[in-house]
Order: sequence, then structure tokens, then C-alpha cells
Amino acid sequence: MSAMPRVPIQTKHVKVVGSKWQLAEGLLYLLPSILLLAVFTFYPMIRALYMSLFNTDSQGNPLTFSGFANYTALFGSERFWNSMKVTGYFVLLTVPTSVILALFLALLANEKLKGIGFFRTIFSSTMGMSVGASAIIWMFMYNPSMGLFNRLLNLFGLEDVQWLLEPNIAIYAVAIVTIWMHTGFSFLILLGGLQNIDDKLYESARIAGVSYWYSLRKITLPMLSPTLFFVSTVQLINAFQTFGQIDILTAGGPLESTNVIVYSLYKDAFINYKFGPASAQAVILFFLVLIVTVIQFRIGEKKVHYQ
Amino acid sequence: MSKAKKTGLYILLTVSGFLMIFPILYAFLISFMQGGEVLQGKIIPSSFSLENYSAAFERTPLFLYIGNTFLVSLMVMAGELALASLAAFAFVFIRFKGRELLFFLFISTMMIPGESTVIPNFLTVQQLGWINSFTALTVPFMASAFGTFLLRQQFKTIPYELYEATRVAGISRFRFFWNIVLPISRTTLFTFGIYSFLTTWNMYLWPLLVTNDESVRTVQIGLKQMQAQELSTDWGVVMAAVIVVIIPTLLLLFFGQKQLRKGLTQGAIK
Repeated sequence: MSAMPRVPIQTKHVKVVGSKWQLAEGLLYLLPSILLLAVFTFYPMIRALYMSLFNTDSQGNPLTFSGFANYTALFGSERFWNSMKVTGYFVLLTVPTSVILALFLALLANEKLKGIGFFRTIFSSTMGMSVGASAIIWMFMYNPSMGLFNRLLNLFGLEDVQWLLEPNIAIYAVAIVTIWMHTGFSFLILLGGLQNIDDKLYESARIAGVSYWYSLRKITLPMLSPTLFFVSTVQLINAFQTFGQIDILTAGGPLESTNVIVYSLYKDAFINYKFGPASAQAVILFFLVLIVTVIQFRIGEKKVHYQ
Repeated sequence: MSKAKKTGLYILLTVSGFLMIFPILYAFLISFMQGGEVLQGKIIPSSFSLENYSAAFERTPLFLYIGNTFLVSLMVMAGELALASLAAFAFVFIRFKGRELLFFLFISTMMIPGESTVIPNFLTVQQLGWINSFTALTVPFMASAFGTFLLRQQFKTIPYELYEATRVAGISRFRFFWNIVLPISRTTLFTFGIYSFLTTWNMYLWPLLVTNDESVRTVQIGLKQMQAQELSTDWGVVMAAVIVVIIPTLLLLFFGQKQLRKGLTQGAIK
């Protein structure tokens, strides 16, 4: 009988020990993040699911099991469908507009002109604006008697508009604030993406004598598509979570015309202490964002061009 | 570039710049106006008196709020930088079984809207006795999947062979992390640091929920309170407070804009 070679045994031994050691050390480096994500992201998501199946007391303790009653009550409620409609409409108003506006500004700011840095600073400035500060500034501009917008209307002989108090107008007023606030971040990313495009591509296009619009369509947008995709995805997720400007400007009103789902669940949980229905809305919000993001990635697979 | 095109571009830039900056500029101008001027709808203040600024600090503990928010923002920034860089290092340089799955779990937390977890998190923090404490304002935000993702992208640009060479030379893993990986990644760390500070300084919903005491109040909630109290009486003072609150983040953005643009774009695409 031939003896087993020693070297393979030793190699295997070392490998096994190394493997275990690597796992232990890897987890050690990851432990603080895992702990915090577990406590403040995964556990609460599970707990929200759990709470949505119960009626709770004002401290959030489950009292009686109600199964899917919180969900059926929501789906049967006109108020809930209104907030879904408002949320969807708000997202549709704000995301495409702010991305397109940011792209326009990025294309402008990407030109090689004297003093361009000054404009880049201005275009990205809203990234430094908090929702609290922004909402207050715009609230003043929308003020019915002193606000700038009504001053301008009066200048042209037009009547005052109650921007934040008319149900058909308020959502547009809040959307404009949101678009303005989000443009800075999108602009910054898109400008960075534009600057990463190889100049040689444009030189070839210039030699060939193609128009600006042709090179925009055939060079700029395809090469920029990964960045556009990233920016669109981030803004989509952000738009579903809009809260601060609505809290300050309209408090979900007038007549719930700006009552997005986040504001609705906030009121149910922290003003009305109905943690069960609020948790159900939180779960629905999660699935809403998940579905939209999956759709976004499906579209991205077809449209995004990675070099 | 032709002169006509250049002129056209400058016109577009000027108009766009004016529209983007106008709300901030307008707030700045109103912060110097007396009540009467505001009511008359003036655009330019008659004098650049600092009365509204001193009034803003007198009527509300604005210094305290600013101090609180600086403290919270710096703590979260430090925590996020530390935890995200350690996690990113593990994902790139420590090849252990299951790390791809674990990374996917990390990234999946970016898909969970903060507002979906705000109710249970509030109850958790309440049960831990953290209401009205800096702990509640900082600890929940120190783990960052976005930061981990960004730094992982950066760390992947460092050759693995360099790491293997240091292992052969007997340099410890942590020493490689501290003395080589972090210095090489200064730009990305700086980018993420600015981003972290900005988002924490500007946070609104969570501070609204977990603080109701002045001693720990942050500037954003302070502004909301001030606006609610001063409504239709002293817009000049409110705007002065607004200007004071946005100066730190606008300055940070002004000085860090180029870095932020490069760092965030690289992280987004690679």
C-alpha cells in the first residue's frame, strides 16, 4: 500500500485554516455595519410587516391580531387610493423634469468657456439646500399677499393665486420646489458623466461635419446613459420618499391634494397613533419602490450602453 | 467656437443661473429688510442692517441648534466613513465564502425606503430610551450601504497583487488597510465625507420625530418651529435664520463641488 503524499495533506490543512480565518476576519470588519443594518434596516422592515397585521396601542404594542384587515381597510378606502394617485402623479411630475433640467444645465456647464466654474457652482448649489430652508423660502415666494409670484401676476394685471391653498394648483407648487431642490445633485453627477466622455469621439464627429443635435443623439446620450440611469433611479427612489416640503408647505392639503403616501403614514403613526394601518402603508411603500426599481432596471438593461 | 454661439451660450448660462440662484438670493435680500419693506414687496433692501440676524439669534437658540447639528453631522460622517471603509475593505480584499451574498444584502438595504422603517425605528429608539438624545440622531445612520458601495468601487482599483505582496512581506491586513488603502482612496473618502455631512445636516423627518427638546434640537426643526411662530409677522428674521442655516452646507458644496462631482460619478458608473 502506498502512503498518502504528505504535501497534499498539508496544503489542504493550510487552505482550510486560511479559509476559516479569512471568514472570521472578513466578518469582523463587517460586523459594525451588519449590526447597525440589522437593527435599523432589516429588523424594522420585518417588524413593520408584523405590526401591519395587528391593532396596536398608542405605544405601538400589538394588541389584537387582525390579519390583513389593515390592508383590506386601506384598499377599500378612498383616502388611500387618493394618496396613491397623488404619489404617482407627483413622481411623474418631478422625476423626468428634474433629470431633463439637470441634463440641460450639465450640457451648458460642460462647454469650455471662461468663467464656467462660477455657473457650475450655481447649478449645483441646491444640493446644499435643506428641505427645511428651501420650503420656507418658497413658502414666502408663494405667499398670497407678499409673495413674489403674486406680485408678478399683479404686475400684468392678473388676479392673485392661492398657490398653496387651491387643490388643483398646490401639487404643482410643491412639485416645482422639489424639482428645484433635486436638480443640484443630478446636475453634479451628469456633469461628471459628461466629462468622462472621450473627447476623441467629438473630434471625429467634428471632422465628419455632423450637427450638434446629431452628436448629442449618437454620442453624448449613449455614452452618458449609465449616468442617466443612475441619476433617474436615485431620483425615483427619492421622489417616493418626499416628506419635508409637504409637511412645511401644505401639510398634505388642501383637501389631501398633496397627501403623498409618506405623509399619510406619518399622520397615521405619529399624529393619530394608528400604528397598524401606518405600518401597512409603510409595507406598501416598500413594495411600490421595489416594483418601480425592478421596472427601471429592466428598462436599463435594454437602453443603457456600457462601454 | 463662433462668437454668435458663444454669446448664445452665455445668455443661456446667465438666465439659467439666475433662475437657479434666485430663491437663495431673494431670501438673502429679505433677510436685511424691515417688516414694512417686506409687506411692500420690495426686492432690494433700503439698507443692509444686521438687525434681523441679531433678532434671529435672540428669539431662538440658533447657536445651540447649529452646534447640535454640527456635532451630529460630524459624528455621523465619522461613523459612516469608518464603518463603510472597513466593510468595503472586507468585500474587496478578504475573500471569504458568502461575501457576494452578503454584499447583495448590503446593497438591498439601499432599496428599502427610510420611511418604510421609520415607524419601527422610532419605537425601537423609544424603547431604548434614546428619545431626545444625540444617540438617536447618530447611531441609526452610521451604517451606509451607499458609502460601502462607493468605497468598494474605489478599492477595486487597487491591484490585488499589491495586497498579496504585503501579505508575503508579513504586513498585517489592518496595516495594509490603514497605511495603503485609505491614503490611496483619499479622494473618494473626501467625496463620501462631504456627501454624508450634507445629508445629515439637511435631515428633516427623523429629527422631527426623535427630538422635542430644545437641548438636542437641530437647525432644520428649529427653522420649522421659527417659521410656524413668526408666520406673517417677521419674515425678515425668518429669512435671516434660513441664511445662517444654509451657509455651512453651501460653503462645503462650494469648496468640495469638483471633488464631489468626480467622486460620485466614478462611484456611480464603474
